Amino acid sequence: MTVAPARPVAVRDGVGDSARRPDAVAKVRGEFAFSSDLGHDRMVWGATVRSPHAHARVLGVDASAALALPGVHLVLTAGDVPGVNRYGLERRDQPVLAEDLVRYIGEAVAVVAADDPELARRAAALVRVDYAELPALTDPELALSGGGPVLHEDGNLVRHLRIRRGAMPAAADIVVVTGEYEVGMQDQAFLGPESCLAVPDADDGVDLYCSTQWLHVDQDQLADCLGLPAEKVRLTLSGVGGAFGGREDLSVQAHACLLALRLGRPVKMSYGREESFVGHVHRHPARMRYEHGATRDGRLLYVKADILLDGGAYASTSAAVTGNAGCFAAGPYEVPAVEIDCRSVYTNNPPAGAMRGFGAVQVCFGHESQMDRLAAALGMDPVELRLRNAVDTGSVMATGQRVEGPAPVAELLRRVAGKPLPPPPGTDPRLLPGGMSNSTRAEGLLRGVGYGLSVKNICKSAGYDDFGTARVRVLARGGDVLAEVHTAAAEVGQGLVTVQAQIARTELGVERVTILPADTAVGDAGTSSASRQTWISGGAVRAACAAVRARLLERAAEVLGEGAEALRLESGQAVSELSGRAVPLVELLVTEIEETAVFRHRDTQPLDPETGQGDAHVAYAFAAHRAVVDVDPELGSVRVVEIACAQDVGKAINPAAVEGQMHGGIAQGLGLALMEEVKVRDGRILNPSFTDYLIPTTMDMPPTVLDILELPRADSPYGLTGVGEPPLLSAPAAVAAAIRDAVGAALDRIPVTPEAVAAAAVGR
Amino acid sequence: MTGFHTAADLRHACELKAAHPDATLIAGGTDVMVGLNFGHTSPAALLDVSRVPELREWSREDDTIVLGAGVPYTRIVDELGGALPGLARAARTIGSAQIRNRATVGGNLGTASPAGDALPPLLAARASIELASLRGTRRVPARDFFLGPGRSVLADDEIVAAVRIPVAAGAEQFAKLGPRNAMVIAVASVAVTLDPPRRRVGCAVGSAAPTPVVAGDAETFAGAELDWDGRRELPASVTARFAELAAAATAPIDDVRGTAGYRRHAVAVLARRTLTWAWQEYRRS
Amino acid sequence: MRVDLEVNGVRRSLDGVREGESLLHLLRERVGLPGSKNACEQGECGSCTVYLDETAVCACLVAAGQAQDSRVVTVEGLADGAELHPVQRAFVEAGAVQCGFCTPGLVVTVHDLLARTSDPGEAEIREALAGNLCRCTGYEKIFDAVRLAAGEAR
Repeated sequence: MTVAPARPVAVRDGVGDSARRPDAVAKVRGEFAFSSDLGHDRMVWGATVRSPHAHARVLGVDASAALALPGVHLVLTAGDVPGVNRYGLERRDQPVLAEDLVRYIGEAVAVVAADDPELARRAAALVRVDYAELPALTDPELALSGGGPVLHEDGNLVRHLRIRRGAMPAAADIVVVTGEYEVGMQDQAFLGPESCLAVPDADDGVDLYCSTQWLHVDQDQLADCLGLPAEKVRLTLSGVGGAFGGREDLSVQAHACLLALRLGRPVKMSYGREESFVGHVHRHPARMRYEHGATRDGRLLYVKADILLDGGAYASTSAAVTGNAGCFAAGPYEVPAVEIDCRSVYTNNPPAGAMRGFGAVQVCFGHESQMDRLAAALGMDPVELRLRNAVDTGSVMATGQRVEGPAPVAELLRRVAGKPLPPPPGTDPRLLPGGMSNSTRAEGLLRGVGYGLSVKNICKSAGYDDFGTARVRVLARGGDVLAEVHTAAAEVGQGLVTVQAQIARTELGVERVTILPADTAVGDAGTSSASRQTWISGGAVRAACAAVRARLLERAAEVLGEGAEALRLESGQAVSELSGRAVPLVELLVTEIEETAVFRHRDTQPLDPETGQGDAHVAYAFAAHRAVVDVDPELGSVRVVEIACAQDVGKAINPAAVEGQMHGGIAQGLGLALMEEVKVRDGRILNPSFTDYLIPTTMDMPPTVLDILELPRADSPYGLTGVGEPPLLSAPAAVAAAIRDAVGAALDRIPVTPEAVAAAAVGR
Repeated sequence: MTGFHTAADLRHACELKAAHPDATLIAGGTDVMVGLNFGHTSPAALLDVSRVPELREWSREDDTIVLGAGVPYTRIVDELGGALPGLARAARTIGSAQIRNRATVGGNLGTASPAGDALPPLLAARASIELASLRGTRRVPARDFFLGPGRSVLADDEIVAAVRIPVAAGAEQFAKLGPRNAMVIAVASVAVTLDPPRRRVGCAVGSAAPTPVVAGDAETFAGAELDWDGRRELPASVTARFAELAAAATAPIDDVRGTAGYRRHAVAVLARRTLTWAWQEYRRS
Repeated sequence: MRVDLEVNGVRRSLDGVREGESLLHLLRERVGLPGSKNACEQGECGSCTVYLDETAVCACLVAAGQAQDSRVVTVEGLADGAELHPVQRAFVEAGAVQCGFCTPGLVVTVHDLLARTSDPGEAEIREALAGNLCRCTGYEKIFDAVRLAAGEAR
């Protein structure tokens, strides 16, 4: 054993450093394997037969023409599902393959396997399904009133969250503003469409390589659908081309496994863009009625909100989204009295579910629009009104929960409001509204500034047992110490793999860390959503490292003949604080050390079903946005000039990655504000392509000004809080407010189309 | 699909088109391949004209540019900004760099979509289209080329060979409107040309009728009202009337990209602006 | 049908190509180069950008047969063995990569931009990259990467 004086060297690329992504080199070389890039010997391709009707009885399926094509192997329908033909995240209400009923356009009715993707697609088109059309229920108001057909056994109401707190004040000397607001259906528009590879094994099991946000919840649902024990359905995460909530629900997974198990051959499925639009859930469209009451000096007295979310044909995460929309309907403000009703309903529209922001985005547009309207009614500066009502640590939220962690809401707003304003518009038409369209020389151009404040829960809420699992192994290899980190946590682009490695380096004082592929061979990590993975899986990695470290220090203590309490790990050695002596870890690792840890955040409680009161959330995160826009009032074109965003992240584990999350969230918020909407008529998506579903380009995304606060929490690893969602939340509200400021007219619906802006500008 | 034919030269292309009248021509592929990739179209065969040398050249004959139908937009932007500023401006608004590297005027003409961005400038400039077949070559005024959405006078055995476009005699402008600041299909577009020697104005509108359309009344009105010699500033009454007449020439529809009313409004605004910009340029020249 | 072409310096002869097949499909499924991504199938996103005879194009919009006898360079052909191309290195260093699905197309587009213009300004960069959609990064660190690569090239 080598015992030597310690060499104190801080570990590189540990917690707090902008470490580079371990997968970046493979990605820039084009060598990173996304799920759509996978292949296998003897592989065949699957394709899906989908309903052209929003609501219909399925009378029969005739696959003979498809099966007659050479190279077509198999067509499966509902009767071929060996297990329970139902899946779903909150309630198992969605068939893997439709039985006697289809409830939305695009619902899967049959799946086909063929030698190549083109053939599979042609064969799918030849599968003849006989339908008897039923009246379609596509208006959520009608669904709520009970005026249309009943789509599910328990009725069309998915959830009604009722929040009541405080007494409504008497009417004297109160300034009241009301408003009705709408948010259109946003698509996650991840760039990598749904795809997977299912490989059957000799033992009636299946290995599935797929893009998902949560391996174990996929596994649970798949095992039930396939009629297999969970251990026979093994999932490995392959490269994920973005997620944003759209990969929480199953898409290709069950279909590919069904085909693979029946055929005994590997099956690949890969959607095109058009199919992707019906292949995953979207953000809930929302209709919101608000009433705010305040004193003459701008103190909020009450908020009434009535919110209706269109959940579409199946539940997905509608109940939880309803919970969030209700909980945050009043925003990050102190409000003595609230009366909030938030409902979601089933319709025959495309199913809605998780998307970044998860209910908090829609209501943020509502409450922030109201705050601006209230400020106007009071003749008060909108920033001042918000500052006057902003929550702080110790404040009580609409649900009666006290805010325990840092809540620098006022400070965040002050920071964005204090940034210097960008210079006036220049003359390059590319940087004016319309951009490349060459539509203006700045004629009548109007500039506007708008603000948004937002709040959202981090981690899972309302009593959910939310945990993560990590296995960490340290071993000596080639004269060096290597740490391996194994979790089932889904890297979807957010940089979780980087963060896990940084935590292991810091905790173990080693440089070489390998993040093993995420799979179901290790315990559940929970979902890569709710801005929770750095906290939860990061916490699990940290805990597993701590267990490994304890065992390393025990070994070191034996070698050094000192107590383990005085030892620490640093730069690949165990170092004594007392004697200054050190022993290389390599020498302590004649046998490797492996530890598995499970990490949980503290318990939460469900909300009271009558009053909606309760400590339902682990933590709140906050963000503030300021948007500056130039508007061409005649044409209605908008160019966002700059967006400032201030956010408290507790601790930036990887500052560059935090910035990346903020930039990306702002861009998606800008998209929702200005252009992104899945347009649905009679249940049919009218724009299922990137030609007509528009997301921001380089010409649309403005420079950003970021301000990252790090106020540590007491209850999370390193004091961090979730980062992913807040930068989106109030971006749409701020952009819409800036346009209103420019044109001086109300705009109550996002996305704000050029047409709506032009109409508003004319009507002002 | 049963065939893929590659034309070596224009004569060969005409022979192939005569032999396979149901084949779809493909050059830049920016329309044809979308239909194929999405499974929305299934042409009997493809006839690749992307390597036909005659289609990939342009030349100047006196005051006319003879633009091969297969010259990609990138080259129009780079090489013809001086001679054909209206078309070059429109070309620059088309798609992305990658699209402009492949897409061609011939493709816009062949697809005959009212939203083809290169089309209003051709109409405004009174270009003519050269159609080639084994039967010979004929010239059709661009203004007479379109019959309806996706339909033109192009016969089954014909190929768009070239576009003959008068070299700009004065200022030319093009502007469009889309719901995003790049990479958009026009909700409306307007091209305006000034021809001071002939005291003539050209004005054509895209995306606001079943075909790109000429705003003839607007042209006549402006031709008569503009102060060609004095070059005085445009009175607001003239631009307003011009805008009205341009909008009146349209027959827009409601669709997923915009309503008819908004399209008409946008045409009026764009017509007023493009005329104003062109006139300012003329006054400075 | 049969298509002969050169991909990343290697001559290829591919049989059984469908007449309506895209160059993108050919590269991904027949040549075994999945670096160019299939994200929109209609030239809107730029994820499949490759060089076709020195010109940057969307491979999804080129019929495979149109690439007969041409030279194609994909993202896989930009690095010099283990040595990343400066544009690739800049993407890594600037943190311009998140999910990475848009990255191959963007790397080729930026490679093309910098081959034509050594010192692009802001509007020029934005215009040149307008055909490459990214859903993760909000583009800001991609612009950083362009400036970094441009600086390095000078």
